[in-house]
Amino acid sequence: MAGYLFRRIFQAVLILLGVSFITFVLLYVLPADPVRQIAGRAATAQTVENIRQQLGLDQPFLVQYGRYLGGLIQGDMGRSYLQKTEVASLIASRLPATLLLMAGGIACELLIGLTFGVIAAIYRGRLLDQGLMVTSFVAVSAPQFVVGLLLLYVFAVQLGWFPIGGYGTFEHLVLPSVTLGIMGSGWYSRMMRSSMIEVLRQDYIRTARAKGLTRARVLTRHALPNAILPIIAMIGIDIGIFMGGLVVVESVFGWPGIGQLAWQAIQRVDIPIIMGVTMVSATAIVLGNLLADVITPFIDPRIKMR
Amino acid sequence: MVDIAVVSGAPAGILRRLFRRKLALFGFAIIFIVVGSAIFAPWLVRYGPNEQLFDGLTLQGAPMPPGGDFLMGTDLLGRDLFSRILYGARTSLIIGVIANGAALIIGTLIGLTAGFMRGWIGSVLMRFTDLMMAFPALLLAICLAAIFQPSLWIVAMVIALVNWVQTARVVYTETTSLSEREFIAAERTLGASQSRILFKHILPHLVPTLIVWGTLGISVTVLLEATLSFLGVGVQPPMPSWGNIIFENQTYFQAAPWLVFIPGTAILLLALAFNLVGDALRDVLDPTQRGQD
Repeated sequence: MAGYLFRRIFQAVLILLGVSFITFVLLYVLPADPVRQIAGRAATAQTVENIRQQLGLDQPFLVQYGRYLGGLIQGDMGRSYLQKTEVASLIASRLPATLLLMAGGIACELLIGLTFGVIAAIYRGRLLDQGLMVTSFVAVSAPQFVVGLLLLYVFAVQLGWFPIGGYGTFEHLVLPSVTLGIMGSGWYSRMMRSSMIEVLRQDYIRTARAKGLTRARVLTRHALPNAILPIIAMIGIDIGIFMGGLVVVESVFGWPGIGQLAWQAIQRVDIPIIMGVTMVSATAIVLGNLLADVITPFIDPRIKMR
Repeated sequence: MVDIAVVSGAPAGILRRLFRRKLALFGFAIIFIVVGSAIFAPWLVRYGPNEQLFDGLTLQGAPMPPGGDFLMGTDLLGRDLFSRILYGARTSLIIGVIANGAALIIGTLIGLTAGFMRGWIGSVLMRFTDLMMAFPALLLAICLAAIFQPSLWIVAMVIALVNWVQTARVVYTETTSLSEREFIAAERTLGASQSRILFKHILPHLVPTLIVWGTLGISVTVLLEATLSFLGVGVQPPMPSWGNIIFENQTYFQAAPWLVFIPGTAILLLALAFNLVGDALRDVLDPTQRGQD
């Protein structure tokens, strides 16, 4: 166990190192010159050169990368080119909003997805099942920005139930969470359906029914817990898919999270921020996958760690 | 060898089973309509997609609602939305096919090589794939698209660079399990060359998987292109794309919702169509899935 965990953590660190290297290379070779952006159009060649030296951008690539890594290990992600603030504190100030939105999104997709999946499995093959499965296809095919704008139009503009955008109260959280959760709810309902069907096929379910338990009790006490197990591990993997959706959802709803931060940074070629957000996202993805792999054997002893 | 014959020898049976599924038929119908509109767009529309029409705006300068002269209304610049939607279908399909085709080829090559070679080449390739999995895909795509001045080809390339990973994983898993099967060992004993085994025996077995992933992948690609264009880093106006129509008009969407929801519905339907067909193909082509529903 300890050996397995150690190996997985070592792998995770290697992957993050790789991600940092590739991102650094991509941003290093990019045609847009960040120094020009900082200096402005009117700057003389001398000013541009000074700024370049100040930021250490005149150094060779490996020196720059080594310096970045050295800082990263100590939790220093450098300073934003344009905002003159520490990237780490910029991200830290935006992170709570993003985590809140992700929690809301996960809650929505699980609530909708698991409920639909269980109902579909119970009514397998009937009209309700087919209807729910078509719905799940629509959910995974719907572009998030269109879903977001549609929810905004109906529930905020027309009905006035929720605010049009912003951050702060529970009302602000509802529409962005649903938007973020809808795509995942489609996947979850399909997975939950097949997981539930698989469990309902098992002998012990028949035994439980045969010894006289009610259908409802068998479903809730015997089938459901076992059917949910394999689904739980998926939440970790979901985090990766969410990181992308965040940029879109945060921009539609004006949600002040790291997705917006990244989006603004990309438009202004503010490399330290892009780099920082990519690293934070990649860490979240790697941790999510790690968690999924580590948790699975605990919740389902049939799966062994390798 | 036997199951290859079954798969490739009976496309008629597969098609028949496919067409028996209502949802797959619905998907095919949508794809058919979209492809048709894309090809015949010049003959179907009354106005060019980039024509700023004299009577395309109201006297107050607002876009015209659907109906009357303009089937789907006009956009903020007084251009015919119907025409832009039809020409936008070209963009979606071109990117869908090219980007997804490229992703499929890259993914297959990497997965196949890693699964067949094993050894250090295999490890390196798969570790690289793991690494790509850890990249926040959309963030990477946005970054790349914003860095290079986006054009149709750049967008397609960016999507391909982001989307090959899943295919590589699936192909890798299948290739490793195939390489351990007896008929491959038999081929080896008979002295068949590596490339013969790879292209004559392993690749044909992957065809059903590739067809399924290729179809489902178009849906992912269509959505990604739309998202990039919506953020303004995808296909650039004035070339119409369903995503950038929404990008151009979203500030006005409370007053002119059709400018967002008509292209939005188009994206949804096309992605849905490829998902439905891909899912049906998986059921029909994968023998282990048969009888599950």
